[in-house]
Amino acid sequence: MASINERKAFRLSVIFILLIAVIACMIISLIWGSTPVSLAEIWRTLWADELTDTASQIIWNIRLPRNIVAALVGACLAVSGAILQAVMKNPLADPQIVGVSSGAGLAGVIVLILFPGYDYIVPLVAFLGAMGAALMVYALAWKNGVRPSRIILAGVAVAAFLGSGISALLVFYGDRVQGALLWMVGGLSARSWPQVEVLFPYAMIGLFLACLGAKRLTILSLGDETAKGLGLKVEQTRFMMTAVAALLAAGAVSIAGLIGFVGLVIPHMLRLIIGNDYAYLLPGSALLGAFVLVVSDTVGRVLMSPIEIPVGIIMAFFGAPFFLYLLRRDS
Amino acid sequence: MSTNNSAIAVKQLSVTLGNRHILHDISVSIPVGKVTTLIGPNGCGKSTLLRSMIGYISSPSECVTIFDKPLSSYSQNKLARQMAFLPQVPNMPKDMTVEELVYCGRYPYQNWWKNTAKEDREIVDYALSITKTDHLRHQLIPSLSGGERQRVWIAMALAQEPKLLVLDEPTTYLDINHQLEIMELLKRLNKEQGLTVLMVLHDLTQAVQYSDYMAVIKAGHLIAAGDTKDITSDSLFKEVFSVDVQVDNFDNKPYVRVKGLL
Repeated sequence: MASINERKAFRLSVIFILLIAVIACMIISLIWGSTPVSLAEIWRTLWADELTDTASQIIWNIRLPRNIVAALVGACLAVSGAILQAVMKNPLADPQIVGVSSGAGLAGVIVLILFPGYDYIVPLVAFLGAMGAALMVYALAWKNGVRPSRIILAGVAVAAFLGSGISALLVFYGDRVQGALLWMVGGLSARSWPQVEVLFPYAMIGLFLACLGAKRLTILSLGDETAKGLGLKVEQTRFMMTAVAALLAAGAVSIAGLIGFVGLVIPHMLRLIIGNDYAYLLPGSALLGAFVLVVSDTVGRVLMSPIEIPVGIIMAFFGAPFFLYLLRRDS
Repeated sequence: MSTNNSAIAVKQLSVTLGNRHILHDISVSIPVGKVTTLIGPNGCGKSTLLRSMIGYISSPSECVTIFDKPLSSYSQNKLARQMAFLPQVPNMPKDMTVEELVYCGRYPYQNWWKNTAKEDREIVDYALSITKTDHLRHQLIPSLSGGERQRVWIAMALAQEPKLLVLDEPTTYLDINHQLEIMELLKRLNKEQGLTVLMVLHDLTQAVQYSDYMAVIKAGHLIAAGDTKDITSDSLFKEVFSVDVQVDNFDNKPYVRVKGLL
């Protein structure tokens, strides 16, 4: 029993703690690695005009941009998942499970293999692919309205279908797969400032639009009929927010490849803590997603150093059991 | 408020879903400032009629007018400020408090460029007190009883400041005490606030007892429509429901006694 203001204060403090956690884990991630650096060196590097020693080069050219990419990718995937769960009325929705990531992946691979040299349009094409996949899932699942189980089944089918397209391209163009394969693996190694520059605008626009639509998602969660009665344009909201989710997923996939389960696990953990009000859930998911991906990537970097475990593998390792847990709990 | 105007008017409405004809050429007008009930046996099309009247099932645009303007001339948002609709079984938000849910009723009035906090709070407080849910304010929706939950949904609808409240079988799944509690609440809102109420009911006795105006539907046809005391008769209900009823009069008001099957 708590008043609206107490509940708001609690949610805001959770978000604030998450913000601190993201900053803390990014700093720790700068320190840890095959070549340890000190806090003092980090401080000096951040304010230095030029990179004089090895430590500052590692910090500025390798760890910091990779950190930022990890945080942005985590935020994008988590928010994308939270939005998809709302518009698809399905707690198990996630950009990878419902095929949105595969759509972005196939579109990206087509560009990389068939039109090499046009790398810079990959995020845009990936967005179109992601949106196309989302619409395909809707079309397949639509029969007098969407039902949660049908969405997942349609999503699995679409993901498999598009995945086979990716595999076919990789097989037919064996001589050109090098770039595409690196991109497909789903990791953050060798991601640096150019990737930050590509991802940053997509992430910011996507996260901004997501927060603008947060209230609508909360109203939508009351059910289509009630939402309509409250003056919400239900189908229009659904379409627009699906587009935002596709944009976020496409941005993340273009840079980090197919990383699964972030969009599934993160919003759920947060729903348990701060509830389903999307005005808090979306920013909270962005921060928790950033935190988890930075931590996972750091662990993957450090655990078996100098061998790196791709962050996609770590997420799947922890995410898949969580998915099964949700499946059992909801049924 | 004039009672000659209609809150909702339907002209020659026919509805076909798939290849089933659900409604045949229905013309009816719901009076402003009264409690109106759509009644008829299961599957007669009363729910479809209700949904067509408020745009939840699309119908030819010239068929329906709300407060004497074509339904199609309303934006979804403008409609939400005139009319509130409660579906039969609304989704239950798992982790909202009563207060938060009732605040959702203010959604049609909220804009990012306008601070409506003070006005919102006053209206939410009013909606909670008139539905006697004030003491539940900080409770989570799933912890409420069925009757309390229904009153809270009505409070959310009232936060929309509607002139017209539309309900689809508001007393389903409630025990008799809570059924009457909801009916008394609606009656009171109508009397004290001048709220126009339109609902679908399946309980004949309650429909006659609590509504000023009735539209009786059977197999997609409008059988009768008019003031309750004018149209209530043994023969009408025998024809529509195929049960043996007797209409008595107390205090100049009709009461229906259902005696058994015909």
